[in-house]
Amino acid sequence: MAAKGKDSPAPAQLDPQATLESTAMLLRELVAHLRQNRTQLREEWARRITRAQLLTAMTEEEIFAEATSVYDNYVEALETGTFEALQAYARNLSERIIPRGVETHEVVGIVLLLRDVLARSLFGKYHEGFVQERERIIRQQQEAIRELSTPVLQVRERLLILPIIGVIDPQRARQLTEQLLRAIRTNRAKVVVIDITGVAAMDSNVANHLVQTVEASRLLGATVIVTGLSPEIAQTLVTIGVDLSEMATVGDLQGGIEEAERLLGYKVLPLEEVTPKA
Amino acid sequence: MEVPILKQGHYLIASIQSALTDADLSQLREALIERVGKYRSRGVIVDVTALDVMDSFAVRTLRDIAHMARLRGAETVIVGIQPEVAFAMVQLGLTLKGVSTALDLEEGLAFLDRQARERSERVQGRNPRG
Repeated sequence: MAAKGKDSPAPAQLDPQATLESTAMLLRELVAHLRQNRTQLREEWARRITRAQLLTAMTEEEIFAEATSVYDNYVEALETGTFEALQAYARNLSERIIPRGVETHEVVGIVLLLRDVLARSLFGKYHEGFVQERERIIRQQQEAIRELSTPVLQVRERLLILPIIGVIDPQRARQLTEQLLRAIRTNRAKVVVIDITGVAAMDSNVANHLVQTVEASRLLGATVIVTGLSPEIAQTLVTIGVDLSEMATVGDLQGGIEEAERLLGYKVLPLEEVTPKA
Repeated sequence: MEVPILKQGHYLIASIQSALTDADLSQLREALIERVGKYRSRGVIVDVTALDVMDSFAVRTLRDIAHMARLRGAETVIVGIQPEVAFAMVQLGLTLKGVSTALDLEEGLAFLDRQARERSERVQGRNPRG
């Protein structure tokens, strides 16, 4: 019964609404699993009892026979949800073995061993699903991070900003370009400012992706201004000889937006300078 | 399929409606260049909105049209390149260097107007950018 208490918490961490149903379902699954592996689990348990030198007062055959009964009674209790049979059997067993000098710690020991055997078997069964689930979640999170980290923002009519933060791998570069091109179309953008202040390092691959993004945007009729090249990146790009002559670069985001406004024909003035004329 | 060429003021507009064979493209090139002279056009707009594929021959023909039209005194703008097409073109290295592009027909017309204005300002020697 100690084993029973240990096996049930797994379903308990599921969604509270579905807990009742899923507990019943999991219980059925558990019983089926225990039935299917009856021989193997029973033998394993008996082997572990002998190896742990418990129940030394009994012969190996006796241990195996009792283990079988306990196992079957246990599975039945799990299935029916009633413990009378198991309790009756436990009482009967105690009456038989206590006179033969079996100690309480031995009984606790064999119950703990059963729990261990069953838990290992269940872990083996669900291990694969566990790994798959973990990988699915990791993939999902990667997707989410990617989506989150490449927002295309409209700052003004026809002016988009694309702040890039973090590492750019080929897949992300591709997604980034696609997102930008789509945004240029939907927002009818004329100027795009790509800010790469948050990009720590750049190699020739990433630089080429950037050049491609600029070219593709130009084909859609948008001018691209790249801002926020750090001194290290500037040095790297010059050293590896990437041709950035086609790209308009401005020191920081503010400068980039000002340049973009100039291209779009905006002029930003403080209010005091505007009102007297009006 | 022949591409219709419309005359709109000083500009010629060729709107490609479906995928073209290489022969159609060559025919479009001949027709446009001929008509630039005939109508004394100052600008040519080629609308490729309907194309979802552009191969190297199409890109080269568009580039040729732009360069030839320039030699005949007209500025060319390619308008309506789809995002996916733009991406594919860049991946293949077909970047239409030296050819003006715009988002759509409206933008293309605005671009040509601006070019014409700048040219006349330059001619009159009062170009603000000097």
